[in-house]
Amino acid sequence: MSIAYQIVVCGSIVPDPLQTLEPVSSPAGPALKNEAMLPAVLDPWAGHALFEAANLAKNAPGSKVYLVSLAPKAKLQQVMMTLAQKVPFELIALDGSASGFTDAFETADALAEAILAIPGLDKSKLLVFGGWESASRCAGVTMQVIGEKLGITDQFQGVDELKINADGSLEILERIDGGKHQVSTCAGAPALLGWATGNLSEPKNNPQVGMANMRVVMPALQKAKPVKAGAEGVSFASVALPKQMRETRIVKDAAPEDIAREIVEWISK
Amino acid sequence: MENILLLLHTEADGTLAKSALESLQTVQSLAGGLGAPGFSVGIVGEKIQDAANRIATCGASEFLGVEGGDFAQPRYGSDAAAVEAICKAAQATVVVAPATSRWNRVLAGAAARLGGRVDTHVTGLSAENCTLAVSRWYYRQRMEAALQRTQRPWILAIDPGSQPAWQGEAGTAPVETVAVNLPESCKRTAVTGLRAPSADAQTIRPDADLLFVTGAGWTKKQADGATHVPEAEQLIGSFLKLTRASLGSSKSLVDLGGEGQAVISFLTHLNQIGQTGSTPRHAKGLSTCCHGEEPHTVGWRFIKERRAISLDANCGWARGKADVLYVADAFAVMRKVNELVAAKAAN
Repeated sequence: MSIAYQIVVCGSIVPDPLQTLEPVSSPAGPALKNEAMLPAVLDPWAGHALFEAANLAKNAPGSKVYLVSLAPKAKLQQVMMTLAQKVPFELIALDGSASGFTDAFETADALAEAILAIPGLDKSKLLVFGGWESASRCAGVTMQVIGEKLGITDQFQGVDELKINADGSLEILERIDGGKHQVSTCAGAPALLGWATGNLSEPKNNPQVGMANMRVVMPALQKAKPVKAGAEGVSFASVALPKQMRETRIVKDAAPEDIAREIVEWISK
Repeated sequence: MENILLLLHTEADGTLAKSALESLQTVQSLAGGLGAPGFSVGIVGEKIQDAANRIATCGASEFLGVEGGDFAQPRYGSDAAAVEAICKAAQATVVVAPATSRWNRVLAGAAARLGGRVDTHVTGLSAENCTLAVSRWYYRQRMEAALQRTQRPWILAIDPGSQPAWQGEAGTAPVETVAVNLPESCKRTAVTGLRAPSADAQTIRPDADLLFVTGAGWTKKQADGATHVPEAEQLIGSFLKLTRASLGSSKSLVDLGGEGQAVISFLTHLNQIGQTGSTPRHAKGLSTCCHGEEPHTVGWRFIKERRAISLDANCGWARGKADVLYVADAFAVMRKVNELVAAKAAN
């Protein structure tokens, strides 16, 4: 039994992990220093979700992948220049803050509304994907709230594998405590999956995919709906970098035996 | 005045995990600080009486429970309904829960149903002037914030290992059952099992004192111009067997498998530490063949004592991220370490 899924991936942008981040105060609350200037990437776990979605769509003929993203649209456009070359998708852009300090519930409200507005949305074919946490807020909240707003009660977090069984049921591996996976079987769509890393490598850039995507990406960015995602009801007393800076003792030119002895003594303490 | 609820679930064997006792200790302190008259305990599981008895002397004003076969396994549909019912029964305004994988899957959804909010990965709570504030990290442990909320109920998921565990005696707890009418739509998912390496092959050991982290350097060309992946695997595997350390890895090393390169066979994405991996809590951490750059070391935020072995004296570890950096060949050092540990074990 082959089902043509509507796979909606929720994913935003985050600062490139190699950048140094420093918190500052702004009239709207905490922010990052030079936030507008920091190079951005697609949130890594959302990226895994997108690549898994594309792989599933490839294997389930007639399926379609949507990427719903709430971010400042100028920065989203920069990220799309690379991302659009990876896998085929239709972008649904929302223009608003992607800051980690916004409230997950406000972000979820906006994303759920955008999903419900997808023309021809059929919940019996709907799979909602996203990262199980973001690299900004790191909360693991947004996806669950989206699921609640869409009325999806089959939710999975920390997903590393999804298999579609012959009868249309879904077999899902979720990460649980202690380096294990929980195996579940779900009757079928609709379902929500917050992905961990999955099993796929990042696809290589494909200029043809890029050209096809960009025909839809640019108009989507132009008509991106402005969204006010803040943190109502939250007051931040402080946001600070960790103070602890270690005095590193650098041991050079020591014999491996001596280093080994010191390490064994240390781990035995 | 806040109504405080401690929300727990049983483990597969009906017991409470250490993280549950940590949350209990947190709630006790919090109730005192907020001037609350007491606190409620809610427990979800197949059978909960033994778990309630384990913490019977904790001073809770009531024990509420949702139990039965439908609540034996971690599943969103049933757990969300159970959490919603217990929170309503307790009329909770503040809910404290351990951030286990079971609760992490469901607490935000339950908060949405209750019209409240949730903060996860909470590492600290304070109750100054009877006002609740929490600490949590943003941008993958790069900056820590202290915040308050006006919305209620406010659910707080406490990171395991971040708080001391409650140490009290067991007793007999009177449990009031909270009825949950679970519709068929919440039973579309069935948990069919667990997948885990055998006990000997399991390299992720959250309770280990030492985290041993491997970087991509183990699979790179060595001084002789060749790679030595089988030897690397043997050295790392032996060290883990001898010390029972937990194994972590940099993303780059795990990713090599997807690129068709030779890799350490027992490494998976579950071992990954850092920006897109875990942030474990161990007393000590030893990094090997890893540069210690920021995306990796954010995963070391909660490692107390840190040492690293790297050939590069100017690597990230040297810039205040490790207590000791050994500028040396990890192959040579770990070979000797294994010899010494094996000899010590034999004596």
